[in-house]
Amino acid sequence: MNARLRWRKFVSAFMLSMTGICALVAVSALFFILGYLVFHGGASVSWNFFTRLPAPVGETGGGMANAIVGSAKLLFLATLIGVPVGFFGAIYLAEFSGTATAFVVRYAADLLNGVPSIVIGIFAYTLAVLPFKHFSTFAGGFALGLMMIPITLRSTEEFLRSVPVSLREGAMALGASKWKTIATVIVPSAYRGILTTVLLAFARVAGETAPLLFTALGNRFWSPGWRQPTASLPVAIYNYAISPYEDWHRQAWAAGLVLLGLILIVNIVARGILARGIAVSRS
Amino acid sequence: MATTSTTVPSAGPLAGSRSLLSRLRDGDEIARLITFLFAASVVLITVMLVYELWQGSALARHRFGLSFLRNSVWDPVFDQFGALPFIYGTVVTSAVALLIAVPLGIGAAIFLAELAPLRLSDTLEFFIDLLAAVPSVIYGLLGIFIIVPLMRQVVQPQLKRFLGFLLLFRGPAFGLGFLTAGVVLAIMIIPYIISVSREILLSVPRDQREAALALGSTRWESTWKVVVPFARTGIIGSIFLALARALGETMAVTMVIGNTPIISSSLLSPGDSIASVIASQFKEATGELYTQSLILLGLVLFLLTFILNGLARVMIVVTSQRGSGMAHP
Repeated sequence: MNARLRWRKFVSAFMLSMTGICALVAVSALFFILGYLVFHGGASVSWNFFTRLPAPVGETGGGMANAIVGSAKLLFLATLIGVPVGFFGAIYLAEFSGTATAFVVRYAADLLNGVPSIVIGIFAYTLAVLPFKHFSTFAGGFALGLMMIPITLRSTEEFLRSVPVSLREGAMALGASKWKTIATVIVPSAYRGILTTVLLAFARVAGETAPLLFTALGNRFWSPGWRQPTASLPVAIYNYAISPYEDWHRQAWAAGLVLLGLILIVNIVARGILARGIAVSRS
Repeated sequence: MATTSTTVPSAGPLAGSRSLLSRLRDGDEIARLITFLFAASVVLITVMLVYELWQGSALARHRFGLSFLRNSVWDPVFDQFGALPFIYGTVVTSAVALLIAVPLGIGAAIFLAELAPLRLSDTLEFFIDLLAAVPSVIYGLLGIFIIVPLMRQVVQPQLKRFLGFLLLFRGPAFGLGFLTAGVVLAIMIIPYIISVSREILLSVPRDQREAALALGSTRWESTWKVVVPFARTGIIGSIFLALARALGETMAVTMVIGNTPIISSSLLSPGDSIASVIASQFKEATGELYTQSLILLGLVLFLLTFILNGLARVMIVVTSQRGSGMAHP
């Protein structure tokens, strides 16, 4: 083996192991993040954290019950806005529309998907805060809902399109009308994919902070109804992290751990549903 | 047997031949109309978004015109609003992020697509997807409490000691600043580069690799000189996509950049970016011109990401079609 060949083989082995190290570094970032959150926040996740209101500045203790409920309300509203629009829009794209209309809708959805979340915040502010002259849960949920639409729309459409043509033809050959075919054959056979899509979109907006900064604002107390500013976990993490108080930093870590735990669990469940579906259809 | 002439409801491509009346009776036209309204609302929302940004910044656009982009003074007290420090901060932090994330991301993508067995590759990709799901405020949290102290105490003093002769690493080590924001951004965009590049590399036809190996190239040479150039356009697309993310990234940057509208050649200096100035000042903005200038910044950011996303999508589609086109001629 001459020296040149040996050198080439060495370069090959060296560079390939470097790519392995790159992959290792990238993946280990996830475990670093999780590790730090558990290390700093684990001790502060207590019963009080889930059930108490924030303590006044200077006092230790207190929790983030209002932020947790606030986040739940915001996400409920977001799902109520984002999922129907995305789902029915996707049905139109996959089943009814002509190519030109579909192109326009898809283009709009992709554009909306690429809009930075802070700009979505400005948009929601001009639409849902300015006319009513006050920050509200409704405005925050609206902003998050806007972000869910393009994510739900595009991947629901993909899943609807992947339903085999033979199923449609079978249903229609039996005399079913088009909408009956969609409602009883196509959507049920794509339901795993659609459910995964909705869960992933939910997880994606659950951690969004920027659109809430000047729509839902924040609140140190309970926020009854839908027309008042509300606390939310992501905004609480931000406000607590940039505050000068040691005790608030501890709470920020705890809130971060709870939020990330929720998001990762929803992600894993969503992917599990999809993977099971693929395994079933293969067997 | 008598031939009956019952009309059979037609399926598929023939569906259009049914009369409007029968389709209306079956509910098809109603379903079509309802779903159309939802689809149309997506277009409406997007159009309104652009309109609101344009309309909402009218005053600032008329007052400053294009000089808004060139003016480097941001002084709300005297109604002086120039976007240059923020554009500078956005560009510099994104550049630092790409400098770190591109080699790492593409290296990892090569490993996942070319070397790792499918099962390992899928498992690692699963973790990468989870990493992409971590919200930006969590990165900000880790940035403030882990990366900023690390930068202030270890990395920045060392950079000053060994590379201090460069203009890039001068001034006091605050910890907060362009460099730290760039590093945090890099960690955030690596998953996007990996996921998209991996898909692109996997779509490169097998015979390309086999041909290179048959000609006597090593594994690395076949990867680096054949597979990667084949996928080049798509990989650049994935980088554009990641860049668009980095430009629009708000929370993590706001928390570690220092929030000071300064243009400085030193990466250690605190600064500010477009997204982060909107996040930190919009709520407190008093006065029409102040708010409108911030909305105008939002419009600038929107246009930047719009152009980058468009380019990225075209590049990715072109590459994956080239790959699949050659695999199935």
